[in-house]
Amino acid sequence: MDDRYGCMLETFGHLPVAWLLFAVLAAAGFVSFYVGRLRAVAVGSGHGERLNSQPNYHGYFVAMATIGPAAIILILYGLFGESIVRGQLANELPQRIRDLGTLELGQYIDRISEHASRRDAASTGNALFDAASARYTGLLGLSRIIAIVMALAAAGMGFFFARRRLAIDFRARSRVEDGIKFLLFLCAAIAILTTIGIVASLFFEALRFFSRVPVLDFVFGTEWNAQTGADFGAIPLFFGTFLIAFLAMLVAAPIGLFSAIYLSEYASPRFRSIVKPILELLAGIPTVVYGFFALQFVAPLVRSLATWINGLPFVPDGLLAAQPTSALAAGIVMGIMIIPFVSSLSDDVINAVPQTLRDGAYAMGATKSETVKQVVMPAALPGVIAALLLAVSRAIGETMIVVMAAGQRAQITPDPTADLTTITVQIVALLTGDTEFDSAKTLSAFALGFVLFIVTLIFNLIALRVVQKYREKYE
Amino acid sequence: MNSAAPATGETGGFVSEAALRRLKKRHAAEMRFKLYGQMAIGIAVIALITLLISIFGQASSAFSRHVLTFDTVLDAEQVDPSGERDPNAIARNVSGFNLLLQGQLASEFLPGETDRARLRELYGMFTRLAVLPVARKTADNPSNIGTGQSFTVALADDIDLYLKGAVSERTSLDLGSVRSSGGNLDDGIEVSFSEADAGEALQSALAAFRARSEGGNEPAALIALGPSWFRLTGIEGNTAALAYLTGPPSVPQPGTQASAIVLEQSQENRTVTDRQIAWTAMLRDQDRIKAVFNASLFTNSDSTYPELAGTAAAIAGSILTMLVTALIAIPIGIFAAVYLEEFAPKNRMTDLIEVNINNLAAVPSIVFGLLGAAVFINFLGLPRSVPLVGGLVLGLLVLPTVIIASRAALKSVPPSIRTAALGVGASPTQAVFHHVLPLAAPGILTGSIIGMARALGETAPLLLIGMVAFVAEVPDGPTDESTVLPVLIYKWSTGAERAWEPQTAAAIIVLLIFLVLMNLIAIVLRRRFERRW
Repeated sequence: MDDRYGCMLETFGHLPVAWLLFAVLAAAGFVSFYVGRLRAVAVGSGHGERLNSQPNYHGYFVAMATIGPAAIILILYGLFGESIVRGQLANELPQRIRDLGTLELGQYIDRISEHASRRDAASTGNALFDAASARYTGLLGLSRIIAIVMALAAAGMGFFFARRRLAIDFRARSRVEDGIKFLLFLCAAIAILTTIGIVASLFFEALRFFSRVPVLDFVFGTEWNAQTGADFGAIPLFFGTFLIAFLAMLVAAPIGLFSAIYLSEYASPRFRSIVKPILELLAGIPTVVYGFFALQFVAPLVRSLATWINGLPFVPDGLLAAQPTSALAAGIVMGIMIIPFVSSLSDDVINAVPQTLRDGAYAMGATKSETVKQVVMPAALPGVIAALLLAVSRAIGETMIVVMAAGQRAQITPDPTADLTTITVQIVALLTGDTEFDSAKTLSAFALGFVLFIVTLIFNLIALRVVQKYREKYE
Repeated sequence: MNSAAPATGETGGFVSEAALRRLKKRHAAEMRFKLYGQMAIGIAVIALITLLISIFGQASSAFSRHVLTFDTVLDAEQVDPSGERDPNAIARNVSGFNLLLQGQLASEFLPGETDRARLRELYGMFTRLAVLPVARKTADNPSNIGTGQSFTVALADDIDLYLKGAVSERTSLDLGSVRSSGGNLDDGIEVSFSEADAGEALQSALAAFRARSEGGNEPAALIALGPSWFRLTGIEGNTAALAYLTGPPSVPQPGTQASAIVLEQSQENRTVTDRQIAWTAMLRDQDRIKAVFNASLFTNSDSTYPELAGTAAAIAGSILTMLVTALIAIPIGIFAAVYLEEFAPKNRMTDLIEVNINNLAAVPSIVFGLLGAAVFINFLGLPRSVPLVGGLVLGLLVLPTVIIASRAALKSVPPSIRTAALGVGASPTQAVFHHVLPLAAPGILTGSIIGMARALGETAPLLLIGMVAFVAEVPDGPTDESTVLPVLIYKWSTGAERAWEPQTAAAIIVLLIFLVLMNLIAIVLRRRFERRW
């Protein structure tokens, strides 16, 4: 008897339950829908008066009450079930393994669960490991049985109560619609949950980091050697980030602004309809492609240019670093990438300037460029500034171009041909590969991410606020 | 609007000379301003064109590949030592096939050679794993063992690049025939050419390369005398001193045909040795090297050898990840948009959600990677490097994009539709789901596809959740280890060997093709179903 119980647990531990449950839930939904519908028809047929809601809505109501609670239980199990099983297994392991520390213990259980997931897994010869693996499968099966039984009970109860509520004057439709509206609200709330998730994960991991490294050392330190876990002074990273963003804006701001002005004030509709999509194509190219372009094409160009400048007679020897990857190469390519952000946003705000302002200027004899410079641009200035702020925020958060073309060396130098590193490059460098969430090295990536999030958030909030104010002004 | 300057004759003191000069200046300023705008657009367009040309130019060489043909007898001893003709054992016996083909190459070009370094040089013509297709083919037809078969094997990446002209600049010369020869193979031979200007042609070719290169680099010349190959060690007038490289070991007789390959770099400065170049030329003369379409770029998975690496696993990983992303982002995005646009009461909560969504759309993508690493992997304990987690992260990343596009589509449906539906007794929910949503569907779909295209190109967040792992097999499901196309591009671009560059560019083209397809679908949908109210 006991053997058969264990065998059943093991079978459940191995089953690919997710699809099975999905099928069972869908079937339960269909069945309960038709049961509810038939019941409603039966309730309605004997009376002189009509059902309050159509029979279908009664069916939907019963199906909703059946699936809803079961689905919630199963989703919760899907999110937390395995960690509960792992926790239980960890408690049952001998003390000497539990003393290993969180990371090793986690890896040990990873190995167990990986071994257990292979059904035909051979014995490893390590009796403890094999026993733990079998126990893991058993615990997993048990947890699944508990979850399924709870879900079935919830579904049955939901079904039972919902079916009992069906009556001639039961407002099934509004109940169903309330349910739908609640579902819609949940979907909208996921956006908030995402933000909360971002802020919480960054904030708490950053707090853990700052419990090991003082905040002031991080914010004002000028030495960054996170890979060795020695120095966590982020000033060189802030410097690199802002220098590259500045170089990018040197490229993107004039080109984007002048294109926007030309497209909205001078270009014929035909020219505009051809050029605008081409500019927007620049925004559709993946950043990794820009990174490759920067690395293969622009960086060597910058380097040979720097070498040539170094070779000029009146230039002191070795003025420019002329590195194979450089801040300038990354900045130029990033600038090209954000041209369409600047141009399409500025285009929108320039178009929003009322035509009457322009006509007034023309009536006084101003040329087109004078009108643009002295009337349109001052009027559109807040919007243009917002567009530039959004572009800066994008440049600060851009990752692949700088990862591929800016370099890894944390240094503070005004020389744009030297290789600089940025916040995003360091986050990638620190978190790529196998990571343990306990070392200061890994946690520092979250601290950097927190800074990045806050800075871009401030830029975005200001920009969005300005744009909104600006819209209100002209609408 | 801007009147032209009136002719001076008619002014009659109405417009002064100074005013006319000012006007001219103002018009010049106008022209300049217009020019700045044109230049800005010109620079942006040129940047785009340069980007595309540089990538397509790099990639073009990766779409073809050189293969080496072998006519060989499948020696049963070597390819199936057990003699059981077990297909699995044969397919796994890479080293046996390798030894067989290496042995055949050695018997052709270095018969009786015992110097291991020289043999390794010869074996470097192809990589070990390149024989894998041969092994698989044999495993499918075990009856072929013991019979003569013809196989093609991918050449090593360096040789392939050399054949494509990327390793070293070179010129080929025809030197006519040998007039006299002397010396012996061990100490070097001397030949003089019967053509009067042969030596001069050789020297001028060397001089041309010497002038181009920056110090410390000596050009090299390889001379073929009949079937044997020699390296030029010195030349004076029409007489050349040569060192034996490979081929039949005999001092050439007078009258032997001579030709030369002059290379910009000497052996120490390039990845292909002199002998390998000689062997390549000999194989070419035998018509055993040919260029074929590089199908393995699409059928193979990642490899540590560029000539064997392909995108198949990454494409499958990308598709799986996109499926998860679409399942997350599209339904949730549409429902959220419907709620915000149609049902949300005007209160602080709604305002908060709206500000939130606009902000999320501008949060750097790498922050979503941090979220994935901290929440999905560390907190929830989901496995690393799997499409499920990648899809979840990308789903959250493109959710704001889908919501914003869907809201715009819903907003463009005129209120008369809703009022009419409500007027005939539909409930608000029915009005939305039966009337407004179907009319907004094309716009929503277009926005969703564009959001998916953005997710397809994302790299940074996936690096943080471990999708950079080396994956040599096509993943079966969303919980298998896998990688995606953009990450593969990033990984290949960091490869040390030169051959990774065209390979990376080719992978970029595969990615761009997918993006163009998705955008085309979006455009067609919009054209087909867009309704102007």
